[in-house]
Amino acid sequence: MATDTKTPALPVGAPVRLKKMAPPGHVRCPWYLRGKSGVIERDLGLTGNPEMLAYGGKTREIRLYRVRFRMQDIWGDAAEPASDTLDAEIFENWLEPTNAS
Amino acid sequence: MTTDSEAADTGRRWHDMGGDPAGEINRDEHDYALWEKRVDALMVIATGKKYFTVDGLRRVLEDMGPEAFETMTYYERWIHSVTQNLMEAGVFTPGELGDKMAEVAARGQTYGEASLGD
Repeated sequence: MATDTKTPALPVGAPVRLKKMAPPGHVRCPWYLRGKSGVIERDLGLTGNPEMLAYGGKTREIRLYRVRFRMQDIWGDAAEPASDTLDAEIFENWLEPTNAS
Repeated sequence: MTTDSEAADTGRRWHDMGGDPAGEINRDEHDYALWEKRVDALMVIATGKKYFTVDGLRRVLEDMGPEAFETMTYYERWIHSVTQNLMEAGVFTPGELGDKMAEVAARGQTYGEASLGD
């Protein structure tokens, strides 16, 4: 995904998975959501990349999305009620499109 | 929490504790000491001057590790991070900070003396 496009690469409703990676350093993707699948709830536009800003680097803008997850997909049978959803704001560098939700 | 095995937690950083059991929440209100308010103000000034951002504050807090989280208070951790970020931004050097700390300490032992009465 390009980081300089003016139009979102991921449309609302697109199924995505959060990358399950663990690089060292300051990152903005909560551990409990890594590897989990959800759908794009909305595009939040371009913003400074906090993973660059944290090190005082020059800001390269990056797109932020709101991603909706089913609680059951995060917590399994511990989710109650299982039909609840959770929204998290995730930067595009942590998202990969998937074919199924 | 999840079906992930412990081995799958390799690389998880100490501060990233979302979803873990947290126990009771202390809802007591408390006042802030003057120095704590000054640390907060320093953060506002430093970010206002664009020396660094809240992302840099968080980065250093995370790098300080769980020991600091257990042994230092909230604003003690903040002033450590603010200081680190200001030095990285070239606002002052460790040596200059040392000189200033000695100068302030020489004013007196009480908070009022050290603060020049303001």
